Amino acid sequence: MSAIIAVDRITKRYGGLTVLDACSFEVPRGSITGLIGPNGAGKTTLFNIIAGVTRADHGRILLDGADVAGKKPHELFQLGLARTFQIPKEWTRMTVLENLMVVPRQQAGEGVLAAWFERGRVRREEMAILRRAEATLEILGLSGHRAALAGTLSGGQKKLMELGRTMMVDAKVVLLDEPGAGVNRTLLGDLAQHIERLHRGHATSFCIIEHDMDLIARLCDPVIVMAEGRVLAEGKMAEIKADARVRAAYLGAASPGMAAA
Amino acid sequence: MNALVGYGEYAVSLLTIGGIYAVMALGLNLQWGYGGLFNAGVSGFFAVGAYASAILTAPVTPGHFVGFGLPIIVGIVSAMLLSAVVGWFVGRICLRLQSDYLAMATIGIAEILRLVIDNEIWLTNGSRGIVAIPRPFEDLPGIWRDFAYLGLVAAVVAALYIALELLARSPWGRVMRAIRDNEAAAAAFGKDVASFRLQAFVLGSMAMGLSGALTAHAFKFIGPDATLPLITTFLVWVMLIAGGSANNRGAILGPILIWTLWSATELLTGTLPPEWQIRGSYLRVFLIGLLLQVVLQRFPRGLLPERPPRPPQAERVDAKEG
Repeated sequence: MSAIIAVDRITKRYGGLTVLDACSFEVPRGSITGLIGPNGAGKTTLFNIIAGVTRADHGRILLDGADVAGKKPHELFQLGLARTFQIPKEWTRMTVLENLMVVPRQQAGEGVLAAWFERGRVRREEMAILRRAEATLEILGLSGHRAALAGTLSGGQKKLMELGRTMMVDAKVVLLDEPGAGVNRTLLGDLAQHIERLHRGHATSFCIIEHDMDLIARLCDPVIVMAEGRVLAEGKMAEIKADARVRAAYLGAASPGMAAA
Repeated sequence: MNALVGYGEYAVSLLTIGGIYAVMALGLNLQWGYGGLFNAGVSGFFAVGAYASAILTAPVTPGHFVGFGLPIIVGIVSAMLLSAVVGWFVGRICLRLQSDYLAMATIGIAEILRLVIDNEIWLTNGSRGIVAIPRPFEDLPGIWRDFAYLGLVAAVVAALYIALELLARSPWGRVMRAIRDNEAAAAAFGKDVASFRLQAFVLGSMAMGLSGALTAHAFKFIGPDATLPLITTFLVWVMLIAGGSANNRGAILGPILIWTLWSATELLTGTLPPEWQIRGSYLRVFLIGLLLQVVLQRFPRGLLPERPPRPPQAERVDAKEG
C-alpha cells in the first residue's frame, strides 16, 4: 500500500522557534489517519504546509507520489486535496446551500463569458450541483438551514457544513482539522458516522487532527502522535495508549492514564 | 410654462448625471460589493475614460495634438478598453495588497493620473481642459436633445444592470462573494483568488471609464476639476454605501438619491448672499458626511441591503408544495 500523502523531513521555524523538526510520516492510501498531540506540537502548521498555505523551510510533501513543492492551495485542491479548518472559515454572508455549491471544480459558470452567453449550459450544470448540495445537506441533517446565512450557524453546525464542503467533490484525500471541536456528543456520533460513510463510499483517504480520543479510537488507524514538531509514536490506538512517551508528552511527566483516554 | 420647462430641464439633467454616477457605482459595486476590493481611486479610471473619449472624438485642430475627430461610439468603446488596460496593470500590481493598503495604492494612482492630466498639456490641454467634445443627438431641437441623452444614459444603466445581475447570480458571482467573505477558504476549495479579483477589478474599471466618457460627452467639455476625488471617488463611495453594497439596485438608487440631495443643496446655497455661498459649499460636504453617518446608523447595510440569490430550483419546489 503506497502513501497518498508522504511527509518527508519537513522543518519549519518561526524566528528561533522550531515548530516542525524534520517531521516525517505517511498517510496510507485508503486509511483514516489520526494526528494527535499536545497543543503546540505543530499539527496545524503541518496541515497548512500540506495544503500549500505555509511554505516549509526544508523537506518535501508527496501527494499521491508527486512532489507538490511550491503548489498553491487552489492547485492542490485541483490535484484532489480537500480540507477543513480548525476555526471554521465559512462564507458568512452566503447561504449554507451556496457554501456547498461554490465547491465543485471547473464550473462553466465561473467564466464571465459563459455566465453571460451560455446560460442554458450553466443552468443545467447548476441543477446537478444543486442536487448534490441538497443531498449532502440531507445526509448532514442541515437541510432545514439551507437558506440560512452561514454566519448564523452554531459552531458545531459550521463544522458539519465544512465537512459537507469536502463532500461536494470526490477528493483523493481530505484533511480534517479538529472536526469534533465544539460539536456536542450526539452530533459527534453523527460526525463519526458521516466520516465512516464517506470513507466506505468514495475510497477517499482522511487525515484527521483531533483532541477527542474516543473519535480517534473509533475512526483512525494508524494514529500518529506528534510532540514538539516531531513524530513521537505511530501505530494502532491501543499501542499508542500504552506508550509511556506519549503519556509523558501529554501530561508533561510520566503519569498514569492519558488525559482524554 | 417657462417655469415648467425649466423644472423639466432641471429634472432631466439631474437624472442624467445621477445615471452617470450609477454607472460608476455599479462598477464600484462589482469591485467592492461583490469582490471586497477597496478601490479608492475611482476618479483615476473615470479620468482615463473621460480623456480617452474626449481626445479621440474632439474635432481636429491644426497645430494641436488634441482631437482626432473620430465617431463618438469609437470614443466610448476605446474609453472602456483603455480603462480595462489601466485596470489590468493597476490590478496586477496592487491586488495582492490587503484592503486598506489597496485603498492607499489606488488613491495614489488616481492622484498621479490627475497630476499627469494637469501637466501634460500637449495631450490634455492642461487646466484649460478639452472643449468642443461632440455630443450625440445634437441635431434635435431644444429639450429633446437632453431627453435623448438621458435616454442613452438610461439605456447604458439598464444594460449594465442586466449584465452585472447575470454575473452576480452566476457561479462567477458566487465565487467572488466567497473570496470576499473568506479568501483562504476560497483558495482551499480550488478558486484562483488572484485571477477572479483581477477580473472583477478590470470589469469595474471598464464601467468607471464608461462613466467618464458619458460625462465628457454630456458636458462637451472635460477638465482636471472633473476628476477631483471629492466628487468622483468619495461621493461615489457614499452613494454605494447609502444605496447598499452587493445590491445592484442599491447601486442605482444610491447615486440618484444622493445626487438629488447634492444638487438640491447647491440650489439652496445659491440663494445665499455671496459671502455665505463659499461657506455654504463646504457645508454641503459636511451634510453629505452627516447623511452617510445617519444612513450607516439606521441602515448599516444600506437602503437596499444584500440579498443572497434564490437557488435555481427554489421557485419550482415552492410551486409543488403550494
